[in-house]
Amino acid sequence: MSAPLLSATGISKTYAGGGRRIAALDNASITVGRGETLGLVGPSGSGKSTLARVLLRLIEPDAGRADFDGVDLLSLRGEGLRATRRRIQMVFQDPLAAFNPRATVGSALTDPLRIHRIGNGAEQPAAVARLLERVGLDPTFASRAIHEISGGQRQRVAIARAISTRPELIVLDEAVSALDVSVRAKILDLLVGLQREQGIAYVFVSHDLAVVRAISHSIAVMDAGRIVEHGPARDIVANPQSATGRALVAAVPRLLHA
Amino acid sequence: MSKTFARLSGLTVGYDADGQTGAALEAVDLEIVPGERLAIIGESGSGKSTLALTLAGLLPDNARVTGHIAWPAYGEAPLAGRDYGFVFQDAGASLNPVLSVGEQIAEVAQRHLGMGWHEAYGRARHLLERVRIPQPDAALHTYPHQLSGGQRQRVCIASAIAARPKLLIADEPTSALDMVVQAEIVALLEELVREDGMTLLFVTHDIALASGFADRIAVFRAGRLVEAGPTAEVLSRPRDAYTASLIASHIDLATPPLVAEDAA
Repeated sequence: MSAPLLSATGISKTYAGGGRRIAALDNASITVGRGETLGLVGPSGSGKSTLARVLLRLIEPDAGRADFDGVDLLSLRGEGLRATRRRIQMVFQDPLAAFNPRATVGSALTDPLRIHRIGNGAEQPAAVARLLERVGLDPTFASRAIHEISGGQRQRVAIARAISTRPELIVLDEAVSALDVSVRAKILDLLVGLQREQGIAYVFVSHDLAVVRAISHSIAVMDAGRIVEHGPARDIVANPQSATGRALVAAVPRLLHA
Repeated sequence: MSKTFARLSGLTVGYDADGQTGAALEAVDLEIVPGERLAIIGESGSGKSTLALTLAGLLPDNARVTGHIAWPAYGEAPLAGRDYGFVFQDAGASLNPVLSVGEQIAEVAQRHLGMGWHEAYGRARHLLERVRIPQPDAALHTYPHQLSGGQRQRVCIASAIAARPKLLIADEPTSALDMVVQAEIVALLEELVREDGMTLLFVTHDIALASGFADRIAVFRAGRLVEAGPTAEVLSRPRDAYTASLIASHIDLATPPLVAEDAA
């Protein structure tokens, strides 16, 4: 088996406040294979979003290391960090909060191209049109304002922005949790299609084990800042070893036909 | 006992905004049966929350209501708190941040059951036990910000049932909670409704969640009632294509994965 794309080991992060110390992450380790999806699942407060943000270098951990394609991710600074940011992108739950609300779709998609010097000013409008088409939106959307399109369309724009830099990894934090089920199904199909076509790996963070199962090759279950189990998606769902894993499996609502 | 708890006839609700009125509910006819657990299902913009707010008399001032709601179970329009309890999605926003948990539950019992403060406070303690808040004696003195989201929702439920209402309306009560807590809260609601013989109106976007406990399901889309019927019937033989698409979009652990699984 080839080396994983991302391997994080012993990640710890403690928050202090009100005289208490809370371990948001406690010696957490995960691996993500190239072109594969790792589902990160757990109850509220289990540390899954904190871990996702550490991988994005949005939160500095107290301890641990992360190897991203042979690069020591957590020690990167300056130009090295900027260059690596192009390769690791993100999609959040609330795309309205993730965009400048006064931006147009076109400017939101041109920003990463400009920042990472992908194409020149003359080529960028065509690149934006291609990105919109790839995520199932008409290229005329480029002139629309972010705040006037629907939530599902906005999440498509967030995905277009994430793939604009041709990343090897996208961290998705509850990216489909706020969507209606009919929209959610289409966004999941889009993500799976992009992965197949471009070989992008995902870290897919969600509290919903069923959705995680549908899209993930492997799953890491978190509780109280720890990874309590980590393995192939099929095994975690069929035979959870941890109390948290069992509780998550039991909590999935089943459609009951009489 | 009458065979109808409430009857909605031609209920239409619109909101005035910028001089225009958009219809949030259009010509809805629906009967609520005493003691049933009725799930109101819909996606964004379906009008499901407007329906709950209309029944509860909680519509904002810019709402325009036509049509009729009859309440054979009460004989007159019911009174909030006394005749029905309401549980909202955002438990944090529905609790008073400067009142202790015990005070806000006891207040309901005092006002609507005519209890003295001491007795009402005792009832608050009993209710905290019923909604399974650990250490109810200590919990009486806590404030909402000291509780987790799941515990806050338990307090809201205790407060909603404090005056022994006949009807409990829950509008997406678990949508802000994680799935493990969601399962606990749904089990709790189901138990309380059964023990107290309440009628339950449960508003949710999740048809599978509703299928676990609802007697009947009413599906809404874009302000209209698409279909209503016994849960098993609606799920196994949906009459409307939209209901069928909602069922098809459901993902649970039996859903085939979208990604090919490797041999590893």
